[in-house]
Amino acid sequence: MTVQQTINAPPDNLLRRYGILAAVIIFVAAMFLILITMDNSLTFSPLWTALAFPALAISPFLILRLNVSRQIKAFLILIMLLILMPVLGVHDSFYFTLATQIGIFAAMALGLNIVVGFAGLLDLGYVAFFAVGAYLWGIFTSQTDNYIHAIGLTAPAWMFYVFLFLAVIVAAFAGILLGLPVLRLRGDYLAIVTLGFGEMIRILFKNLDHPVNITNGTLGLDGLASPPLPPFIGSITDWLVTTFKLEVGNPQVLAYQLFFYLLVLAICGAAILVAGRLDDSPIGRAWTAIREDETAALAMGVPLVRMKLLAFAMGASFAGAMGVVFAAKFKSLTPDAFDFNQSIFILAIVIVGGMGSIRGVLLGAIVVSLLNLQILQSLSSLINNLKNQNAVIPVINFAFKDWPNQLAVENYQRFVFGILLIVIVLFRPAGILPASRRKTELEDRDDVPPDLTEIPPDMSLTESGGDGHAA
Amino acid sequence: MTFSTRAANWTWTYILRPFLQILLFVLGSAALMSVIAVIVSLIFRTPASRGATLEIDLFEQLLKQLPDTLIDGITIGFLYAVIALGYTMVYGVLKFINFAHSEIFMVGGVIGFEVMIRLRDGSLLTTFPPVLLVILMIVAAMAFSGTLAVVIERFAYRPLRNAPRLVPLISAIGISLFLQDAVRALEGLGRNQFNLAYPTDSVPFLTQRLPIGPTVTISVTAIIIVISAIIMVLGLNYFVNATKIGKGIRAVSQDQATASLMGIDVNQMIAITFLVGGALGGAAGVLFGLKAGNISPFSGFIPGLKAFTAAVLGGIGNITGALLGGILLGLIEAFFSSLLPFFPSFGTSYSDIFAFMILILILIFRPTGLLGQRVDEKV
Repeated sequence: MTVQQTINAPPDNLLRRYGILAAVIIFVAAMFLILITMDNSLTFSPLWTALAFPALAISPFLILRLNVSRQIKAFLILIMLLILMPVLGVHDSFYFTLATQIGIFAAMALGLNIVVGFAGLLDLGYVAFFAVGAYLWGIFTSQTDNYIHAIGLTAPAWMFYVFLFLAVIVAAFAGILLGLPVLRLRGDYLAIVTLGFGEMIRILFKNLDHPVNITNGTLGLDGLASPPLPPFIGSITDWLVTTFKLEVGNPQVLAYQLFFYLLVLAICGAAILVAGRLDDSPIGRAWTAIREDETAALAMGVPLVRMKLLAFAMGASFAGAMGVVFAAKFKSLTPDAFDFNQSIFILAIVIVGGMGSIRGVLLGAIVVSLLNLQILQSLSSLINNLKNQNAVIPVINFAFKDWPNQLAVENYQRFVFGILLIVIVLFRPAGILPASRRKTELEDRDDVPPDLTEIPPDMSLTESGGDGHAA
Repeated sequence: MTFSTRAANWTWTYILRPFLQILLFVLGSAALMSVIAVIVSLIFRTPASRGATLEIDLFEQLLKQLPDTLIDGITIGFLYAVIALGYTMVYGVLKFINFAHSEIFMVGGVIGFEVMIRLRDGSLLTTFPPVLLVILMIVAAMAFSGTLAVVIERFAYRPLRNAPRLVPLISAIGISLFLQDAVRALEGLGRNQFNLAYPTDSVPFLTQRLPIGPTVTISVTAIIIVISAIIMVLGLNYFVNATKIGKGIRAVSQDQATASLMGIDVNQMIAITFLVGGALGGAAGVLFGLKAGNISPFSGFIPGLKAFTAAVLGGIGNITGALLGGILLGLIEAFFSSLLPFFPSFGTSYSDIFAFMILILILIFRPTGLLGQRVDEKV
């Protein structure tokens, strides 16, 4: 915290500080209670869940903004992630799946953020690396007859953790493979070539059922192996089931959901750590330099080739690891799950959250994935409920019966994403939670000629972040 | 200078010379690709036997298919060229890839469909003169797509003109997604489906095939595509090189600041560029719809990507280059799809991979394209 901020901060008022803390805790508890007591047969229940779960999911970001010590913040967030979420998941397994998927997308977005946000290389084919990771697990463990199966090269389930690392390496290698030819390209060209690369990988997986059947073509791979459950997960689930007398059909399923949730959480944690350390390292600074001005960076002795390849490789490796997790969780793969829309989806997370900002990307992952996976679906079912009840909006006399079937809200993700991307880019080009460096940079970009008597903020000696000219 | 020499001069500069250039491109590319294909077919004369029963002489097969392949390639090539012109014009002026161009193209195709289906609903389609019908479709699509492009520029690109280069690209992607679903919603509501089949069956003229040799026939659609593409290219050439507005556009593409100092309204020029590029895209959409027989909200993506490849192949920002790139890419694709079936271990499904590989190869070895000049990045 700089001197400036300390002076401007309001006088420390314990009552006020802990009052806000209490309010946030009450808010979180209220959302949690709404979700846990929700009666799904009510007409408006989809609306309430569509409001309450996102509110709960983004509340860690409220906690992070509180004016309390780091320990308290960490404690509260850990309680949310390790107790509230699992309880919710045990209550309704949909929330486990949701949280796991958010985690998968968050880790991927953190990877893409390295490429796009840190190094400024627009990658529109990022899903290719995800596909590489997923297919790596799929090819070697699938029950579907493929060539690997035929020559007896299948991997046992315990190799999952080995494959996790293998996928990191293979995806990083694929990243370098993509990086090498496009090193000389800038901006727009790079975008199109990466797009082409992503499509190429997808078409390749789609067609690798001939000459030799490796990916089983369009039909995809089925019956992928699940990793072995670590014993403690099993005992936790057993304990939960017996203690709370849960009516669980198959404790194994619950155990796997818990396992994948915790695994994704752990990988996300690692990803946040890696991305954060990279951003603050000399490598991160080199990437920033490349992003801001390649020519100048080269002149200052930044090894362009190495740094760009490193960005591609690092970014790709995150997606590769998540690919293995995704494949192991959902146990089947089709090539069309890895199309251009997925790349755009991950990119939307990065843009909406804030390019280059780790917190922003996490928030973006929550907002965009929930929009995609939960909110639109909930709205659809709300409209269906209203339709079934012949509800009418009173003032304008609109009968929900007349809501056309073609306009099922959940099928219009592109529409919503399209508008979201445009609006964000037009009104908040640095994202919801901008990276401090980028924020300064965008705020400086105005038409007023710089006042030469004033020291530009990015040259001043304090790292004052977004204070701009006011500093 | 008398009137007649002036007229002759004008005809030479704006009609004959560009026409001969197009002819040269077409014949040159066709000859080049044929020679390459012949060499390939001679090398792999009997490719890996497709089961022991079939013995194919690839060379003979190639010769048998050559005329059809060439016609097909040139037709697709002109289509790509017209779309590529839209990309290249915008790139020339703003140094920005208009990602939404593929959707502007798609909207053009949808408008063509709407015109046709409305005429059919008014039971005018069978009696309507077919040439006039095609012209009507193209003009309607041009007007709509051109306007759409201008509107998009005004609201999604202009506010971002001074932003970092990635930013407008992202808003273009947003526009692209938005348009796909908007068209899907509108057509879904109006027609209860969004995979729109052109009612070409009602117009026998469009489904005809004309014989141009003992065994070879050419479809009327192909002729329509080639003729309209040539007319549009000639028109564009005239517009850019001979009119005052064209001069303004060229000035803006060279140096915006200086152009504006010379009294050129930069915003207006950019809007006009989008209008023209969008109109060309819309016309291409109709031509594509006539050729493919149907259009859907998502059918813009792949042709758009390929047309972009064509623009890059020819040298982006360069109008002649887009033409050459389009024709060359069309021919390459046609030859791939006629030769690949004879290589059973690959099959046609791999042809898209080759198209992208070509793009990547060009960008590695000649990032400025065939006709492009090296543009140094301003520091």
